Amino acid sequence: MADGRRIKVKVNGVLYEREVEPRRLLVDFLREDLELLGTHIGCEHGICGACTVIFNGQPVRSCLMFAVQADGAEIMTVEGLARDGKLHPIQEAFQENHGLQCGFCTPGMLMTAYHFLQENPDPTEEEVRVAVAGVLCRCTGYKQVVDSVMAAAAKMRG
Amino acid sequence: MKPSVFKYFDPTSVDEAIGLLQRYGEDAKILAGGQSLVPMMNFRVARPKVLVDINKVQGLSYIREEGEEIAIGALTREREVERSTLVREKCPILSEAVSHIGHLPVRTRGTIGGSLVHADPSAEIPTVICALGGSMKAVGPSGERSLGPEEFFLTYLTSALGPDEILTEVRVPVLPPGTGWSFLELSRRHGDFAIVAVASIVGLDGDGRCNRAAIALGGVAPTPIRAREAEEALLGRALEGALLEEAGRLAAEATEPESDYHASADYRRDMARVFVRRGLEEAIERAKGGR
Repeated sequence: MADGRRIKVKVNGVLYEREVEPRRLLVDFLREDLELLGTHIGCEHGICGACTVIFNGQPVRSCLMFAVQADGAEIMTVEGLARDGKLHPIQEAFQENHGLQCGFCTPGMLMTAYHFLQENPDPTEEEVRVAVAGVLCRCTGYKQVVDSVMAAAAKMRG
Repeated sequence: MKPSVFKYFDPTSVDEAIGLLQRYGEDAKILAGGQSLVPMMNFRVARPKVLVDINKVQGLSYIREEGEEIAIGALTREREVERSTLVREKCPILSEAVSHIGHLPVRTRGTIGGSLVHADPSAEIPTVICALGGSMKAVGPSGERSLGPEEFFLTYLTSALGPDEILTEVRVPVLPPGTGWSFLELSRRHGDFAIVAVASIVGLDGDGRCNRAAIALGGVAPTPIRAREAEEALLGRALEGALLEEAGRLAAEATEPESDYHASADYRRDMARVFVRRGLEEAIERAKGGR
């Protein structure tokens, strides 16, 4: 491998150490090197949002970062949502409200909703629409996605 | 696709980064937020042989008030600009413009300096900096220089930065209380690039006459442009309906739009006219409302 670099990255609480080529995209690192296939790769230019992950607490497009830039970072992917075999309330809400059909955009939707609800636990529908507009869904027409995020917000508020 | 092979450097100081640019010249590209460069690399429209990642360079991320200006480090993320209380209170048009950029996961990475250097004429930051008359601080091997928007933006995707220069800071004026402003954008969906963007700043004196006018348009020329004739038509006058229509018409005449699959040149020009009028109306309302 030309110019390989050794990086240490914490993903969903697990520390990984790997050698990567500089041109390795973060999304490919997660999928190919760590075999975390939950994060999907769609457009590869930052438009579709399927590859959205939480990077040091902030949502990012993992197709627009290089794995070398994640050295020392903490990342959360969709695999980090469920705990001890129990779905996260956001995942439950998507299931109950039919917030997906084909499921391709779902990891991006879930991670977007996860960050959004941390910042805004009691959102309006309009605010949810603006948040999920950053992820393209060609199945649901967004109605069920918005319903799911609203339902998740209610669940998480308790 | 995937990016082609490149050599990767992650310097920790501006001097070190400039040294790398001197060494590799036109082969090198600076990587800041990567929200424009990396898509171009993924498509292989851009194939830099060397990437100089400045994300570890210290001291390039800050927002602070300095006299009558706000100084913003080039590596400051768009999201930080958007959320800054200082910017919202003292230069609210900048917060508003930034909120139109892409979606949140783009603004968490994208930087104010990266957007300026990328110099996309339909992007929000170049347009609003043009209206504000901001200044760009470039640092190179022979020292630093300061460039105004009309010197900085040369043409499509081309800034005046030399191959061994780095943009380190942008400065914008504090808008005095009572200054009216507006940032309007026509795009098909929220987050898309602007078909037309209009940034307007208006000041009114005690008699309601215009004592400050700046109108910048994005998406309608190879660079963001100032509608100077329209601005001059407003100065010293009471701003009312017919004059605003006239300003819209003069601004539209200053545009040099091109047709593409988003919009025809004629449509862009006409929307420039409409959005300048609407933007002035909104700016005047804010000026009268004291905010």
